[in-house]
Amino acid sequence: MKPRSSKRTSPPSAPTTSSTVTPIVEASDLTRAFGSRKAVAGVTFSLAPAECLAVFGPNGAGKTTLLRLLAGLLKPSSGSARLAGIPLPGGTLARSRVGLISHHTMLYEALSARENVSFAARLYGIRDPRTRVDDALSRMSMIERADAPVRLLSRGMQQRVSIARAMVHSPQVILADEPYSGLDDSGARALTALLKELRSAGTAIIIVTHNLAEGLSLATHAAVMQRGKFVRYEPSDRIDAASYAATYREAVASSG
Amino acid sequence: MADTLFAAWLIARKDLTIEFRTRSAFFSAVVFALLGLVIFYYSWDPTAVAVTDLAPGVLWVVFTFSGLLGLHRSFGVESADRAIDGLLASPVSREAIFLGKALANLIFVAAVQLIAIPALVLFYNLPLGDIAAPLIAIALLAAIGLVAVGTLFSAMAVNTRLAELLLPMLALPFFVPVVTAASQATAKLLSGRPIAEAGAWLKLLLAFDIVFVAACTLAYPFTVED
Repeated sequence: MKPRSSKRTSPPSAPTTSSTVTPIVEASDLTRAFGSRKAVAGVTFSLAPAECLAVFGPNGAGKTTLLRLLAGLLKPSSGSARLAGIPLPGGTLARSRVGLISHHTMLYEALSARENVSFAARLYGIRDPRTRVDDALSRMSMIERADAPVRLLSRGMQQRVSIARAMVHSPQVILADEPYSGLDDSGARALTALLKELRSAGTAIIIVTHNLAEGLSLATHAAVMQRGKFVRYEPSDRIDAASYAATYREAVASSG
Repeated sequence: MADTLFAAWLIARKDLTIEFRTRSAFFSAVVFALLGLVIFYYSWDPTAVAVTDLAPGVLWVVFTFSGLLGLHRSFGVESADRAIDGLLASPVSREAIFLGKALANLIFVAAVQLIAIPALVLFYNLPLGDIAAPLIAIALLAAIGLVAVGTLFSAMAVNTRLAELLLPMLALPFFVPVVTAASQATAKLLSGRPIAEAGAWLKLLLAFDIVFVAACTLAYPFTVED
């Protein structure tokens, strides 16, 4: 993706692609209001396969709402979004292409790690998921605790299982909301390696994180979100990390 | 349609596995049902009220309130660590989620009935003999209606602060036709009348089931839209 704009310090105009690659995720003036408050206010971007957008911003900036809109969990108040050409919130076809990672694990505590991932795989239409479940758990170094009930796992281990759950159906788009939450260094490294590998294989990733270093190391594009808007958006190869960190700190400070 | 039913079965099986492992709601419902039967038994004056007049009301009051315990748990298991988001983000139709939840609740209520009906027969010394099969049919028909309505309201109430209060307040008015029809049909059976005399009540139960299973399945997606 080649956005028209490079580094900005003021709210950017619509960052779109001039690339010939068909975008897999497109948002156009995407807005979501709760009452009179706009959690997402006119966000526009597009993302092609094998690209990664890292979204930074203070708490309450609208990052999670943006991901929930793209996951089909919320309806836009105005504007539009498309996933693989399907208008969102879309239906089962759009949702089958997405893997959602959240700071909530979305796991059932009474089930084992393997049962949780297997249940998810079956929901995504994988009839005999054993091999894929074991593979997903192995990638997150959880295969040895696969039969342990989730309630007996540490928070970090639960997060690893949650990531395995999101990856098991090989989604075309990964929406990751604070995926490093609760992970130790080893887990964070495994996740970064996995996301890089998936991106190389063509998966598009949108990651919301407070971890600038991890986010920028993955991203092909980066945005800072504040009060529902992208106040900065640019390809990561043009990012001046120090200036970016300053914008991020400024956004966090001004959010109170 | 086959995909919807398969997904519903997956969700029901998952819910039943969780309940089998924890047994929290099931034990609560069974103990509640048995305690209800015992309390009604000791407050009963057999010289004033015949057992065949009392038992149907006792049975359906106990089923209704013990069933609510299971219905409350139904979407409660999804709210812990936002497991419901995982379901809603999956390529499974909202209708399949509702049907899966309702199926698990139906099996839950039926399992409570399987214990409570023999307990009622023992406590109140009822002549079950020939009426066992029709009584099971009434129980099943009534359970379908209660579960359909209760599952929908459980989904609506789960994210509210007063979920435990809100669910019975929303659901009980809708339970009235089911409980009335079921207790009237049960009374006919227990008083030795032919099953044909309960036909009108059974038709009402069947109609309620058809209308509310369809209506609640169609209404459920609106409860999960923001």
